[in-house]
Amino acid sequence: MIRIEALHKSFGSKPVLKGVDLHIRSGETMAVIGQSGSGKSVMIKHIIGLLRPDRGRILVEGRDIARLSDSEMFRLRSQFGLLFQAAALFDSLTVAQNVAFGLRRYRKKSPDEVSRIVGDSLEKVGLRDVETLMPHELSGGMKKRVGLARAIAYDPDIILYDEPSTGIDPIRADAINDLIIQLQRDLKVTSVVITHDMTSACKVADRIAMLYNGPIVEVGTPEQIKTSNHPVVEQFIHGRAEGPIKEW
Amino acid sequence: MPSPAPPALVQKFLLQAGQVGRLFWATSRNLFRRPWEKAIFLQQLEEVGVRSLPVVSITAAFGGLVFALQAYVGFHRYVGVGSEVYGGPIISLGLVKELIPILVGLMVAGRVGSAMTAEIGTMRITEQIDALFSLGADPVRYLVVPRTLACFIMVPILTLYGDVIGIAFGYLYHILMGVNRFVYLRNTLLYLEFWDIISGLIKAAVFGIVIAIIGCWQGLETRGGAEGVGRATTRAVVIASIAILILNFFLSRALPATLGS
Repeated sequence: MIRIEALHKSFGSKPVLKGVDLHIRSGETMAVIGQSGSGKSVMIKHIIGLLRPDRGRILVEGRDIARLSDSEMFRLRSQFGLLFQAAALFDSLTVAQNVAFGLRRYRKKSPDEVSRIVGDSLEKVGLRDVETLMPHELSGGMKKRVGLARAIAYDPDIILYDEPSTGIDPIRADAINDLIIQLQRDLKVTSVVITHDMTSACKVADRIAMLYNGPIVEVGTPEQIKTSNHPVVEQFIHGRAEGPIKEW
Repeated sequence: MPSPAPPALVQKFLLQAGQVGRLFWATSRNLFRRPWEKAIFLQQLEEVGVRSLPVVSITAAFGGLVFALQAYVGFHRYVGVGSEVYGGPIISLGLVKELIPILVGLMVAGRVGSAMTAEIGTMRITEQIDALFSLGADPVRYLVVPRTLACFIMVPILTLYGDVIGIAFGYLYHILMGVNRFVYLRNTLLYLEFWDIISGLIKAAVFGIVIAIIGCWQGLETRGGAEGVGRATTRAVVIASIAILILNFFLSRALPATLGS
């Protein structure tokens, strides 16, 4: 479904991704773990075409996204739903307008259809009676849920989650994890979850990949990752300060 | 930190000029493409036009007054008592062709251009621009086109309004100084050409495009947090103001002084 091949990306003189190879199968949930600043979000932005690789390829359903025209890219993006780290809700629009963004404008849906989809999407993420609220009136957890409702309103085939549990308390974080599992079950989507929270990764993922210092250093099921002998993976999953990971 | 060597500065200037040129081209290409962002366009018309009226009124009124004051003193001192009545056409010409378009341009750059940069810059650092992309919306079409179109329409309208206010206050000053109101008015109407007003409005339309494109460009290029937004906002106002003053000279040279023979 998604194949990342030898992906390289630098910002200025700082290399972030150095030869990332990863295959995400159709219908699975892949968690990508790694330290803060290891390039997980950069990787996810390449998958949806928000960033262009310096080298390497990203194939979605066999098509190299770097070779797509603007209109092909537009069609491809409509298969994706992306939950941003800080939700990235449009702060000049209400919750309903945020969720509906694009449905009427780009999908030529009637106002009744849009209204129904907005209600359904909010219900799926466990929110009611928030349609008229502005983003600044929502808590962090609610913003994430609205962001998720906006991501699934499109009925996507692939959902990308950028740090879904960051910045919210453990109970709300777990509720978000349940939501990811439920959406996976109900919508049969392919999911990529970027996180540095091992509890979250083990709970939601079919497989986990660890990004460290440029490349993916290990891929496996949660059980395989938990019992990995790779020193970097071992240090990361046990959260130890001592070990090969030195950068702060 | 040492300042960059001249070749690096030239390189940076060319790079930024290229970015502005590309944004202008992308905006022009998207002008007539659907979907039209009608609601944002109307909101921007109000923001650029209606909400700038107080500041334009004050600026134009005092611009007209100070211009009238100096014209009065000049005629009185160098031509002689009674010649002040000929100040009308000079004041009006100076106001409609130069002073009002520049003052309105600078005021709108400070008030509206900075707001555009701050709003779009905040959207950039909070990933709202990326969210637009991910939802299949083109930020140029959604954000830049309505703002540029609103400035292109509203800055000339504000300038025309400023012309009226400036000329009226110049007239008022002369009346208060005891100048013959009928001769002053007749001279003004006799020597001020329709083209003088139009050439000022053409400048204003160009300034409007410059303000919007530079404001949006700086917003889209914002990096860092709140500090980055602050820096981008300051840069947008400074660059737009300098561009207006430089362009004004070249437009004054390029536009014919009169359409008559």
